[in-house]
Amino acid sequence: MSNFNSADIAAFKDVWVFCEQREGKLMPTDFELISKGRDLANELGVDLCGLLLGGEGIEAAAKELGGYGADKVLVCQDPLLAVYNTDAYTKVICDVIEDKKPEAFLIGATNIGRDLAPRCAARLHTGLCADCTHLDVEMSTYKDFLREASTLPEDKIEKVGTAMVLGEKRDVSRDLKMTRPAFGGHLMASIICPRFRPCMATVRPGVMKKNAFDQAKADACVIEKPAFTLSKEDIHTEVTEVVKAAKKLVDLIGADFIVSVGRGISKDVEGGIKLAEELAAELGGVVGGSRATIDSGWLSADHQVGQTGKTVHPKVYIALGISGAIQHKAGMQDSECIIAVNKNDTAPIFEIADYGICGDLFKVTPMLTEAIRAAKAAK
Amino acid sequence: MKIIVSIKQVPDTSGKVAVNPDGTLNRASMQTITNPDDMNALEAALKMKDATGCKVVVVTMGPPPAAGMLREALAMGADEAVLVSAREFGGSDTYATSQIIAAAVNRIGVEKDDIVMCGRQAIDGDTAQVGPQMAEKLHLPQITYAADIQKDGNTVTVRRMLEDGYMTIKTQTPCLITCIKELNEPRYMSVGGVFEAYSKPLTTFDYEALKDDPLIDKSTIGLSGSPTNILTSFTPPQKGAGMMLEGADKATCEQLAGILAKKHII
Repeated sequence: MSNFNSADIAAFKDVWVFCEQREGKLMPTDFELISKGRDLANELGVDLCGLLLGGEGIEAAAKELGGYGADKVLVCQDPLLAVYNTDAYTKVICDVIEDKKPEAFLIGATNIGRDLAPRCAARLHTGLCADCTHLDVEMSTYKDFLREASTLPEDKIEKVGTAMVLGEKRDVSRDLKMTRPAFGGHLMASIICPRFRPCMATVRPGVMKKNAFDQAKADACVIEKPAFTLSKEDIHTEVTEVVKAAKKLVDLIGADFIVSVGRGISKDVEGGIKLAEELAAELGGVVGGSRATIDSGWLSADHQVGQTGKTVHPKVYIALGISGAIQHKAGMQDSECIIAVNKNDTAPIFEIADYGICGDLFKVTPMLTEAIRAAKAAK
Repeated sequence: MKIIVSIKQVPDTSGKVAVNPDGTLNRASMQTITNPDDMNALEAALKMKDATGCKVVVVTMGPPPAAGMLREALAMGADEAVLVSAREFGGSDTYATSQIIAAAVNRIGVEKDDIVMCGRQAIDGDTAQVGPQMAEKLHLPQITYAADIQKDGNTVTVRRMLEDGYMTIKTQTPCLITCIKELNEPRYMSVGGVFEAYSKPLTTFDYEALKDDPLIDKSTIGLSGSPTNILTSFTPPQKGAGMMLEGADKATCEQLAGILAKKHII
């Protein structure tokens, strides 16, 4: 489409969310992003639109997105879109974006979203911010966020509002402010994309809160089928199989109680994991692990909590023998209650723990499991 | 046939990380390493070299000291190294970076048999964007999150990891693949390799060397060519330290369970 110019900012409006599906089923992240996108669309005074690609019949899944806040869902159906493919998805998405020109485009930072988003941003010549954990448009709510989430002094926060872009002072009150961790969570940065549209962000799964489902809104959601062309010649890779992991993966993101183990179990790995499992079972929770336990092959990758693993905020997070590297803390510090057991009383995990016990996890854990069992029985 | 491996020198964030009072990273006080995922990409390339005798070229964009990292890659077994370094390239975001490295890859030359490999993501920014953005600029098919790579003639078969399993993807060379740690165990430099590294070619591509590539333009590289800008950077507050319980015995555990019960957490 020759008239597309990503720098013609005034031509763009509406907030879009890429709604990922696997095997025809929407991903939980879709609802989180639609819910957040609803807030952003309200702040901008524009419509919120889901973009759903899939094989024949995927249309049936679209209305549900309305129940979480989408005004409209654009549905692109084609047998070539049934299974995710970089070339096919990039072509269809970029063609539809070039035609309809959304001002913001959110994509879940899943393994698929992080393959798709940069390819699209490069084709559209626009900016993309990876793995965001916070999004704002409205300046006053952004400043409130900084007051809570940063160590910036108030006078600096007050001054946020314009940005120097290519030597020019620029009002960014209508720009999407995309906040993300960098350097393993040591630093946070808020990124803007002031000169190009759509402003694109991938958003970390499990971070944005899902709205309550509203059947009336789902019924009112408009389904539109935009025109697109796609042929086999557009596609240069072939997916020959999609294999689901044989064993059931641990659901860290949905868990209320997580008992995580770290390097501290090294002297008896199996025994340490068994103690964690017993404690988790007593609490009705699941077992997680630090990067060390995954890298050492003690637990499979789906157990990993932290910067390169999952971000969790359970009611209770119990860290057994985890020193608390910043990468680990980045993934669990927003838990409602953190309990740490570590032999080393200077372990950084104690800096963020609500309750700390300095002791040997192999001795403390079974006693804690027993004490919790007794406390529950006494209720 | 050759493999071009794009690697990056990064601060080692797994150790102690120093932050300046103004909230920026104190890079001077930190060790630098080759980005871990990039080591897996390099190892995958070297394995193909072991099997087929193909050529391995490493390329990085960075300040002149990044040459030290390239020498290490040569000592591991790479044949040639290219340092992409110029003032004009500074301040680039992922979009602008991918334009520049893609231009460097064009200059090295991508032929029918070739593969471009990258790490999935770098530990300083964790964006995972430069690989796919380069693939788009180079008009190559991309396969990301590679945990296994097989090459048979011009056909490449990759096990591409998903959160809940994997896909098997086939494509034809030339293509771009981003690699994850499950792919392999990177080798160490050998003593002989270290000696040889200094006789292998290490070329610098400056602005002059790349400026004729259509990807290189003031509007697409460096600070002026970066679509994204940093509005604010800040350090997150430490969550206030909680309560250290006395002792580590049965009474301590009962005290904790009591608190949890009282707060209706359990």
